Amino acid sequence: MGRYFKSLRRFWGTALASQLEYQLNVVIELIAVGLSLLGSLFMLSLFFGPGRELGGWSWHEALIVQGFYTVLDGMASTWLRPNLSSIVTHVREGTLDFVLLKPIDSQFWLSLRTISPAGLPEIVLGLFLVIWGGNQAGASLTPGGLALVLVMLLAGGLILYSLWFLIAATSIWFVKTWNATEVLRAVLASGRYPVAAYPAPLRLLFTLVIPVAFLTTVPAEVVLGRASTPMLWLGSGLAVGFFVVARQFWLYALRHYTSASS
Amino acid sequence: MAPQRSLHPQVAHGSVVIEVEGLSKIYRVADKQPGLSGTLKHFMRRRHRDVHAVSDISFSIVPGEMVGFLGANGAGKTTTLKMLCGLIHPSAGQVVVAGHQPQKRHPDFLRRITLVMGQKQQLLWDLPPMDSLRVNAAVYGISDRDAKRRISELSDLLELGEELTRPVRKLSLGQRMKAELLAALLHQPDVLFLDEPTLGLDVNAQARVRQFLADYNQRTGATMLLTSHYMADITALCPRVLLIHQGHLFHDGPLDRLASRLAPERHVRLELDAPVGAEAFAGLGRLDSCCDCEVNLRVQPDELTAVVAQLLERFEVRDLEVNDPPIDQLIGDLFRQGKV
Ligand SMILES: Nc1ncnc2c1ncn2[C@@H]1O[C@H](COP(=O)(O)OP(=O)(O)OP(=O)(O)O)[C@@H](O)[C@H]1O
Ligand SMILES: [Mg+2]
Repeated sequence: MGRYFKSLRRFWGTALASQLEYQLNVVIELIAVGLSLLGSLFMLSLFFGPGRELGGWSWHEALIVQGFYTVLDGMASTWLRPNLSSIVTHVREGTLDFVLLKPIDSQFWLSLRTISPAGLPEIVLGLFLVIWGGNQAGASLTPGGLALVLVMLLAGGLILYSLWFLIAATSIWFVKTWNATEVLRAVLASGRYPVAAYPAPLRLLFTLVIPVAFLTTVPAEVVLGRASTPMLWLGSGLAVGFFVVARQFWLYALRHYTSASS
Repeated sequence: MAPQRSLHPQVAHGSVVIEVEGLSKIYRVADKQPGLSGTLKHFMRRRHRDVHAVSDISFSIVPGEMVGFLGANGAGKTTTLKMLCGLIHPSAGQVVVAGHQPQKRHPDFLRRITLVMGQKQQLLWDLPPMDSLRVNAAVYGISDRDAKRRISELSDLLELGEELTRPVRKLSLGQRMKAELLAALLHQPDVLFLDEPTLGLDVNAQARVRQFLADYNQRTGATMLLTSHYMADITALCPRVLLIHQGHLFHDGPLDRLASRLAPERHVRLELDAPVGAEAFAGLGRLDSCCDCEVNLRVQPDELTAVVAQLLERFEVRDLEVNDPPIDQLIGDLFRQGKV
């Protein structure tokens, strides 16, 4: 276990160091993050505008959802996207072999090898949106409620990660023929608004098939104190289920890689 | 063949570190026409073609041996090395390396082997090699103190200094290859698989890598299986060679035995004082060329002394040389003629 922690520290230390090699890039990414957040707040104001309601959510309540979305999007840019693109590169250039020959779990290595600090401000901004929106909407959180929020956020993060890793694992077959990062972005983007704002068929899709609802809407409901217990269980169950599926799929992909390889 | 039983006792006695028995690899590749319509057709009716990359290879290697792995492009060398590392599952046959079945990729096995690939690199491009080395040290669970000591030992051997703290992209190919070797050897593996480790290096850099590998073998007693298209690597390092041709093992033994098997004749070059007609050499081996004073003959090894004696007796010889034909030329001829 200690070996894994130490490896993780070294992974991230070297990742940060190599980003700082390109300082201009970091600045540009920060600016891009700021602009995209402004853009999505504008979109949100078009739909929900102060005083207007959609699917039973007020402007401030919808801001909480947007806040969680921003947190997860920040997570995706710091953590998921950089690792995803390096998996694709590993497969294309054959350097996956080096990873597979290390005496460490390959999924651990591929999922956590690098981080990019550009998404960190987004996470902070998202948390700020959640707190501010919650305040304005009159939410009052007990410590137990706060713990529950964190658990559901964790479940949401786990679901997002597992979806992402499933997509990444397919690159073993498709190599570079599809732009996996865009798929991830599209999935996540549908979590900007409360699921209630979507028509019924989509709502079902986003709850059960691609469980986007659990990424943002359910944590927001917990903040507002109106989450239903079955949904919480369903969310946690799905998180564990998705993780197990992603793990199994990776092992299956590896078996394919080692029988054919390229 | 009695694979299972013959394999393990030897390994247990520690006399064999790599044991390969009837190893084959068949790649199944999609038989697809180019273009979109080809892709669609393939999608409707899948057709596959089997590529027999490695066919029924058997050999064993004892600890400390340095074995050269020869063969033309596409002969199946990389495929075999990958199976020995556990990166590819064999289609048939048995492999035991360091007492393990490679395809399980057990951590204990992975700690004992390493793979160096001349055409791929594991070092991070934007960072100094030292950063990648520290990552590897953590992943292999090497303590900071041990890592530091091993890095300084290996960098002395490899003649690497401040290069280790310069971003990899700013290193020359030779420096990068040496740093790759350092990264691959940090965990002190005792079985080394080297796939064209001198690829693209100039003659001096090649010689240094070669010298390093010889030293490393001397110091640690590590076993090495090495492929290279540079014959100098093989002649300098490997008393024993495996020659693989279209997936089949064609030769297993000393390099000079391969030479005599491929071309049993010795080359005799003569310089004479005065020109002599070709017919004068009848019965003295096979005449390659005869112009003016220079004559080239090919002679069977067992007739060599007799022929040389006769030549010296019959002609006014100014100079006489006996040579083996260069081995890479012989192997090249072999592959060109496809006469295996
Ligand atoms: N992933 C793969 N899928 C299908 N065929 C493959 C694959 N990898 C290798 N081959 C084929 O298997 C055969 C052996 O290839 P291999 O790479 O082992 O040759 P090699 O001896 O290493 O050649 P080189 O000297 O060029 O490196 C070749 O015909 C090659 O086209
Ligand atoms: Mg090769």
